[in-house]
Amino acid sequence: MAILVVAEHDNTNVKDATHKVVTAAKAMGGDVDVLVAGQNAGAAAAAAAKIEGVRKVLHADGATLAKQMAEPLEALIVPLMSGYDAVLFPASTTGKNAAPRVAAKLDVMQLSGVIGVESATTFVRPIYAGNAIITVEDNQAKKVLTVQPTAFKAAGEGGSASVETTAAPAGPFKSAFVSEEMAKSDRPELTAAKRVVSGGRALGSSEEFHRVLDPLADKLGAAVGASRAAVDAGYAPNDYQVGQTGKVVAPELYVAVGISGAIQHLAGMKDSKVIVAINKDEEAPIFQIADYGLVADYKTAVPELMDELTKAGV
Amino acid sequence: MKVLVPVKRVLDYNLKVRVKPDGSGVDLSNLKMSINPFCEIAVEEAVRMKEGGGGHAKDAATEVIAASIGPEQAQETIRNALAIGADRGILVKADGEVEPLAVAKILKAVIEAEKPDLVILGKQAIDDDSNQVGQMLAALLDWPQATFASKIVLHAGKATVTREVDGGLQTLDVELPAIVTTDLRLNEPRYASLPNIMKAKKKPIDVKTPADFGVDTAPRIKVLKTAEPGKRSGGIKVKSAAELVGKLKEAGVL
Repeated sequence: MAILVVAEHDNTNVKDATHKVVTAAKAMGGDVDVLVAGQNAGAAAAAAAKIEGVRKVLHADGATLAKQMAEPLEALIVPLMSGYDAVLFPASTTGKNAAPRVAAKLDVMQLSGVIGVESATTFVRPIYAGNAIITVEDNQAKKVLTVQPTAFKAAGEGGSASVETTAAPAGPFKSAFVSEEMAKSDRPELTAAKRVVSGGRALGSSEEFHRVLDPLADKLGAAVGASRAAVDAGYAPNDYQVGQTGKVVAPELYVAVGISGAIQHLAGMKDSKVIVAINKDEEAPIFQIADYGLVADYKTAVPELMDELTKAGV
Repeated sequence: MKVLVPVKRVLDYNLKVRVKPDGSGVDLSNLKMSINPFCEIAVEEAVRMKEGGGGHAKDAATEVIAASIGPEQAQETIRNALAIGADRGILVKADGEVEPLAVAKILKAVIEAEKPDLVILGKQAIDDDSNQVGQMLAALLDWPQATFASKIVLHAGKATVTREVDGGLQTLDVELPAIVTTDLRLNEPRYASLPNIMKAKKKPIDVKTPADFGVDTAPRIKVLKTAEPGKRSGGIKVKSAAELVGKLKEAGVL
């Protein structure tokens, strides 16, 4: 069996999500190749070749792939699939955008957001925002999956796969990139961060949200997230939202500050390894799932936590 | 411009999901079903294109059609879209689970018959969380797509769409006809007024079946079991920040 993993990358670096999807592919058994589709993405292709357990890297480079948009990715991947039994995309916005196009063109029903690989044909995925988990059998001749990277351990480094060049699709395509506005931040990206500090409506204002959470996040090297209530109230930007309708995160450490713990929020973070909740309401539902709960006003608790982290050498 | 909005009937998002004790699925019996929230946003956007508002010129859309694939009761979901302001409905009656690929094939046939200039769908349904139909439909039609939209600006022959992507926003131009899927922040759907709910009852709904379009809806994927997610056991309460840091060190996350 041959499996193609579509790399998540920024043309220079291969993101950790790729390593995790490689692990999912390996669990299916067979040969695992990685596709790096981009523009001037030689460095990313070279980095992908170092992922342990990868047989070969396919590197497609060209202007049409600069932004990894759905139509050119479909045009690139569909013909490649004559040589593969399965293609796995990270469940990133790029992967979720392109994968179903590939599946439809191959006349394959896709499995989205896979969190477990039991065999080459048996997979586990969440439905209802993780409130139910289904085990499914996929016996289609070709398989198309998006994989939730947070559910798998990253494959190691130390591989030395060959890099093979494949042509980028020529186009033209009926969609054109206009612009992008990426959140400028030295902090890690929310969905990939090992630590996340999130704030809720209790923070009371945008100024307070950033005054309290930014230093704590910087100290922990954490990304900053927010509950939907905080986003709807305008305390935090849209792309901070963690939850059923926002981003799903599963960091090693999740610190919820002033978040009550609505079902919608819990759905987005309950797979975190260690959850800390700071809330002055001891009845808040967040405490039912938190590993460590501190019933306290964030106004005093967060500065104390900062001091204690400093003392502990963090 | 004609706009088609496919809508799905799902378990109301306020209700708790209950897995059947025998693991055979999710228990939906006697529970309130509603229009999928992302689909409702799609309807609202299309209606704004017709009425003006939300940055759209009045009459940018001349007709808004709501289509649903589902059981007889999906008529209610279509009526919901009609109450928001869609003009007419199409119900493709299918009992049981219809997978996204089959839904996309049925919608392709509907589109070939109706010839809309724009199709707006929810980015995903909150039941199966597949996030596939819009993209599959775009591929089957060889149309461009703009998924996860937080803003749509219409021009002659094209749409400029701002998309919510990991780490920020991306703006694309797509030639029409095109597929757009909605994200949460595209708009805030209105509450349908009582007069509009009454009016919606008189709007026409065409009823079809998948067979009318020659689409086989037999599932490709077999669900072996449905389970509750692993429960997170609540942990402990710590008394101070100092104790918290100590515990985090022990847990190896600092």
